[in-house]
Amino acid sequence: MAERPDFDDIPGTTVFTAERSRQGFHLNQFCMSLMKPENRARFKANERAYLDEWPLTEAQKAAVLARDYNAAIAEGGNIYFLAKIFATDGKSFADAAANMTGMTPEAYRDMMLRGGRSPEGNRSIKEGR
Amino acid sequence: MARITAGVTTSHVPAIGAAIDRGETASDYWAPLFAGYEWSRKWMAANLPDVVVLVYNDHASNFSLEVIPTFAIGCAESYRIADEGFGPRPVPEVPGHADLSCHLAEQLILEEFDLTVVNRLDVDHGLTVPMSLLFGQPEAWPVRVVPIAVNVVQYPQPSGRRCYELGKAIGRAVASFPEDLNVQVWGTGGMSHQLQGPRAGFINPAFDNAFLDRIVDDPEALTHIGHLEYLREAGSEGIELIMWLIMRGALGERVNPLHRFYHVPASNTAVGHLVLEAG
Repeated sequence: MAERPDFDDIPGTTVFTAERSRQGFHLNQFCMSLMKPENRARFKANERAYLDEWPLTEAQKAAVLARDYNAAIAEGGNIYFLAKIFATDGKSFADAAANMTGMTPEAYRDMMLRGGRSPEGNRSIKEGR
Repeated sequence: MARITAGVTTSHVPAIGAAIDRGETASDYWAPLFAGYEWSRKWMAANLPDVVVLVYNDHASNFSLEVIPTFAIGCAESYRIADEGFGPRPVPEVPGHADLSCHLAEQLILEEFDLTVVNRLDVDHGLTVPMSLLFGQPEAWPVRVVPIAVNVVQYPQPSGRRCYELGKAIGRAVASFPEDLNVQVWGTGGMSHQLQGPRAGFINPAFDNAFLDRIVDDPEALTHIGHLEYLREAGSEGIELIMWLIMRGALGERVNPLHRFYHVPASNTAVGHLVLEAG
């Protein structure tokens, strides 16, 4: 049997496994629904009511309403699906990345212009490298 | 007979598409990126293929979590542009080459690469941004496309070795198509980047440049990179680089590198681009 690598050893990273795909199935399918303009309009008009049409957990709904993408990922969300939410908001992947790193969009953009986040110290928690 | 004449690799960052669509390619932020593709656009115009076998990944646009094919091949007459949440990109529909698609699907499955056959496929930035980078903004695309979609969204993605072997099988399958066609194979996505979590913004130029070296001269060595190493060294979305190995496998043992470009950043991503002539 192939052993699953120790993904938890990678800092600040959640690997989207089949288990997470099950956990986040409805959350991610809700995100997908925002690819239709009529659904985007209904979501924008009343976010809570639109979310209530989906069998989501309260934690999943709260993460969406707060645009807390780290929390949404912890609840089974996948970034390519969550992208439909921030696209609906008129935001970019860089805006969402800033949100998840706790930086302002300006500070995040500056970090990227300086070459991005260094791999040093960001590869392995256990090995400290 | 159909023949593979060249390969292209390029990142497919959605913000690049947005910059093209909004006419911002000459801005301070974007001009250095587009300068790296200038040579390639001229070369492409002078060396236009009939068909591009375009290896990309769907970003939760056509495939939801209902069906997650590891490898899929589009076999349609044309492909619509997906609405990714902000309306479809203002680019032409993508014309297919259904006969070549069907031939590839048959040959590849008989060679035990069990691709999912997709007769209706909406394509997203993963496929259209490379086309915009290489062809600009034409009224109609100047080539036909055979889309090959690879799952990179849900673990486990196919291994680099499997991708490389699939590429070799694509090379054999193209060579057995009876029509006289000039075919290019493009591998898209990468290079190092991470779009999720507190580690977002991860960039590894040393890894990327070693990858750019080896994909030309020693692709075999790259087939040994596993999931954990991609995650550690290239960021959680850097595993898209396995799609470059499909391109490289299809080109055969030796290639002649014509153009190389590396640039940080395009939004969250390290952009890598190669044009390789089949040997």
